[in-house]
Amino acid sequence: MFRTALRNVLAHKARLLMTVLAVMLGVAFVSGTLVFTNTISDAYQKSSAKGFDRVDVAVQPEYQDSEGDKVGKRAELSRALLDRAAGVPGAASATGVVTGFTAVAGKDGKLVGGDWQSAGGNYWGTKDARYPLVSGHAPHGSGEVLLDSKTAERAGYKVGDTVRLSVDGPVLTPKLAGVFTTDDGNVAAGGSLALFDTPTAQTLFGKKGTFDEIDVRASAGTSQSALKAALDKALPSHLVETTTGKRLADDQAEAISASMSGLRQMLLVFAGIALFVGTFIIANTFTMLVAQRTRELALMRAVGASRRQVTRSVLIEAFAVGAVAGATGLAAGVGIGAGLRSLLGSFGASVPDGPLVISLGTVLTALAVGVLVTMLAAWLPGRRAAKIPPVAAMSSVHAKATTKSLVLRNTLGALFSAAGVAAVLMGTTMDADAAEGPMGLGAVSLIIGVFILTPLLSRPLIAAAAPVLRVFGVAGKLARQNSVRNPRRTAATASALMIGLTLITGMTVMAGSLQTSIDKMASSAIRADYVVSMANRGPLSPGVATKLAAADGVTASSPLRNGESRIDGTTEYLTGVNGPVIGKLTDLKVDDGSFTVGGTRVVVDQDTAKDHGWRAGSAFTAHFEDGKARRLTVAGVYEGNDMISGIMLDNEVLTPHLTDPADMQVMVKTADGASDAAKDRLERALGTNPAVKVQDKQDISNDIAKMFTLMLNMVYGLLGMAVLVAVLGVVNTLAMSVFERAQEIGMLRAIGLDRRSVKRMVRLESLVISLFGGVLGIGLGVFFGWAAGELLSTKMPTYELVLPWGRMAVFLLLAGTVGILAALWPARRAARLNMLAAIKAE
Amino acid sequence: MTTTPTAGPTTAVAARATELSKTYGQGETRVVALDRVSVDFRQAEFTAIMGPSGSGKSTLMHCVAGLDTFSSGSVRIGDTELGSLKDKQLTKLRRDKIGFIFQAFNLLPTLTALENITLPMDIAGRKPDKAWLDRVIDMVGLSGRLSHRPSQLSGGQQQRVAVARALASRPDIIFGDEPTGNLDSRSGAEVLGFLRNSVRELGQTVVMVTHDPVAAAYSDRVVFLADGRIVDEMHAPTADAVLDLMKQFDAKGRTS
Repeated sequence: MFRTALRNVLAHKARLLMTVLAVMLGVAFVSGTLVFTNTISDAYQKSSAKGFDRVDVAVQPEYQDSEGDKVGKRAELSRALLDRAAGVPGAASATGVVTGFTAVAGKDGKLVGGDWQSAGGNYWGTKDARYPLVSGHAPHGSGEVLLDSKTAERAGYKVGDTVRLSVDGPVLTPKLAGVFTTDDGNVAAGGSLALFDTPTAQTLFGKKGTFDEIDVRASAGTSQSALKAALDKALPSHLVETTTGKRLADDQAEAISASMSGLRQMLLVFAGIALFVGTFIIANTFTMLVAQRTRELALMRAVGASRRQVTRSVLIEAFAVGAVAGATGLAAGVGIGAGLRSLLGSFGASVPDGPLVISLGTVLTALAVGVLVTMLAAWLPGRRAAKIPPVAAMSSVHAKATTKSLVLRNTLGALFSAAGVAAVLMGTTMDADAAEGPMGLGAVSLIIGVFILTPLLSRPLIAAAAPVLRVFGVAGKLARQNSVRNPRRTAATASALMIGLTLITGMTVMAGSLQTSIDKMASSAIRADYVVSMANRGPLSPGVATKLAAADGVTASSPLRNGESRIDGTTEYLTGVNGPVIGKLTDLKVDDGSFTVGGTRVVVDQDTAKDHGWRAGSAFTAHFEDGKARRLTVAGVYEGNDMISGIMLDNEVLTPHLTDPADMQVMVKTADGASDAAKDRLERALGTNPAVKVQDKQDISNDIAKMFTLMLNMVYGLLGMAVLVAVLGVVNTLAMSVFERAQEIGMLRAIGLDRRSVKRMVRLESLVISLFGGVLGIGLGVFFGWAAGELLSTKMPTYELVLPWGRMAVFLLLAGTVGILAALWPARRAARLNMLAAIKAE
Repeated sequence: MTTTPTAGPTTAVAARATELSKTYGQGETRVVALDRVSVDFRQAEFTAIMGPSGSGKSTLMHCVAGLDTFSSGSVRIGDTELGSLKDKQLTKLRRDKIGFIFQAFNLLPTLTALENITLPMDIAGRKPDKAWLDRVIDMVGLSGRLSHRPSQLSGGQQQRVAVARALASRPDIIFGDEPTGNLDSRSGAEVLGFLRNSVRELGQTVVMVTHDPVAAAYSDRVVFLADGRIVDEMHAPTADAVLDLMKQFDAKGRTS
């Protein structure tokens, strides 16, 4: 049995090619994911472990929880504490660490690191072991800065140049004192790092006289744990927490692998989709191989092979195909893994160097996935093969695909679909959290139902295309008839394409709707012309608000200042605003009272009001972070959203209680409304600072759109794999059809159908099948997109369904293109067919 | 024995092969399928081509019918010389001038009987001549079965559809490749009767390859092939006479 099975594989090499390719792509995706994530994870872990080389014990501030009327905060690591740590027996030295955001502008005025990867820190003393200097000297005073060598090179700064940078708004222009090298992960990943002397860093980052962390080195012969014990004894435990360097490295490694496993899981989901699509192709191929070999298999049964042996012979074939596909897929996956890493590098997100990691687990997973998926998909055809009666060996008739069992199939499909639709519809009427279960189940049930029903759906849907096909004459007519000839096969082929398009369309509908609603939420509540914020959404220095208020053409402006308070024993976040004008800058719906902010009169959002049982006129006591309290009155209750919420009070009241005032953003209204000139004026008022963003509503919309576009493109790319596999499926089906209908095509050629028409016939068949899958996929996608939106709309009042007609047309066009491309090779084969060989009786 | 039968002076020639040769392969593996064959097929004549397996009878038909290429010599269908034609022109010629009946796989399973009959005209984008179509359908006795699909017809009925298809477009010449090979004797006789009637009553030209002396007896003239050459010709054949002649070739083949 084994030998016959292998012979069959070799005999049908060409016909198994598409199957192997399909499985191979899926396996390549899986193993590529594993290789890539393992490699990256390994590299990051190694580089971060290196980063902890110089830390034996880290002393970090303990967080003091809010309690009663006291606002919680971090303990402060003072110079005295550092000296105490340095003096502990076994400690060789102690380094105070200060970190923050520092944007560095290149000579072109643009940020060198990204919005999020621009870091700043302190250079400890005159020689900081963490940052070996390449040139220049240690920074001294607020007029000097150091840059990492990569950033200095990219920005084109040399020692002695004036560097433009910004920490929290104002532009700073220190001189470049020196250039250092570092193995900091952030810098390795394409970010920038600027270092100041310690007092300057403390001032700039709002940590006057304190440190974020104290790194202690052990003297020779002292272990990390011994040092930790000594520090624990010497330092007040309610203020600090000590951790050994090894533990920090381990935690970091764990965090990296945890974040990698998230990425890995997401990629594997997409790989799974591609593999799932692949199973349709495998099942199709084996069904055809079995049908073609009906007589041969019957003969084997006649000479004494048992049913099990017949099934097994099919499964052995599948095993061989799966093993080949698994092995080649693994090889391709290693390539993909390596390619992805350099691709990331070329996007500027350079990842730490490291060897390509191909673990035994990856190899075994790839092979197992290839073999199991193939054998599983071939199992049903194998069972069908076993059912061939021995007497079939004597009859000359090919076992044709029967239509009778479609009745059962259609009933089952209808039940699944109906249940699915019902569950989804029910879900849309339910509470968002409770609906997830029925909706998920409904979606799965509906997809399964549609899968089962596709053969039935193929007839009316393809018949609907008849008028168009008629234009193409005989070729069109034959194409239509051929495409419904084997409804199961057509259905399986179209379903494979459907899956990808369902997901793509669903995602597009959802993303489009979400984007619109977030956009609306972001802009509808704002009446200001401009919103000014840090590039990293970090805190702005209050000076920015002052500068903006004084800028030309500004009629009203208000910062949104952060504050924290304790009210009735709970923590409430405060937003300090410019009371007299805030009403002109925002457009919030007021439910109760009036939108008046000034003195002790404040406005609160609905949720906060509800939590405390406040209405307009209610009074409460707020305890600020400096420990002082103030009696405030609710003037009005407004409808908050994700952008603006909480208690809004006048800065005149709030600011005196803040030790380090910082603004999230500044809203600005100008005399002539938003214009390029006005924007220019504001930017100039801030010293043309690349770290600060001056955005009008359109810019905010664009930012939101950019984020969604990026996400969608990623999803498209990942789902593209599933579509690619589906294309192979269409190629496979057409190649099978051409092969099976060789005699017919030969006859058609003999009685006068020219090559062009034969090609056209195959192409049109392909087009019909692909568009069928496309229409189903887009239809289902829209339905799911709508249903998910219904769910979201309960949480987002501004949510509305936006149907991306343009995109949908593109997807349909894509399905058509897939059809045309997939038909290239089969159509050529059909046209090149040896007519004489084809029409000779077998 | 005449090895190069020529047309009589009074009848026009529907198809003519002159010094037609076809060889496969090169050097030692060279096989001569047709060896300088010259033959005329006259209009309104029913010709049978006979010969043992491998005699080249099918190859001759394929070459004359424009289904296959040849190595040297010339083939004319009416006034058209086939040797110079490209695939596209050959296809058009087959579509417009030639009718075909094969041994099997004659019909498209997805089309009805009527659609199969009018297929060549559909391909050409021509409207069938209604009166002629009715006459042909009437002659082969398919009036009641036009909307049936091939799978709902018997083998004999299927072949009658094939005959009707070949006749429907009024080709200059019809070629049959063992048209009764897959039929029982009664159905075979029917099909052969139709072919003979089409020659007698409609003035159709028919050329048929067969190895069955009974089938050959329906024709007006039998051309015998052996080893790629025409070795004999018989007019107004009977089954017995054809069988006798075949036996002679067999015997010669064995003694030589």
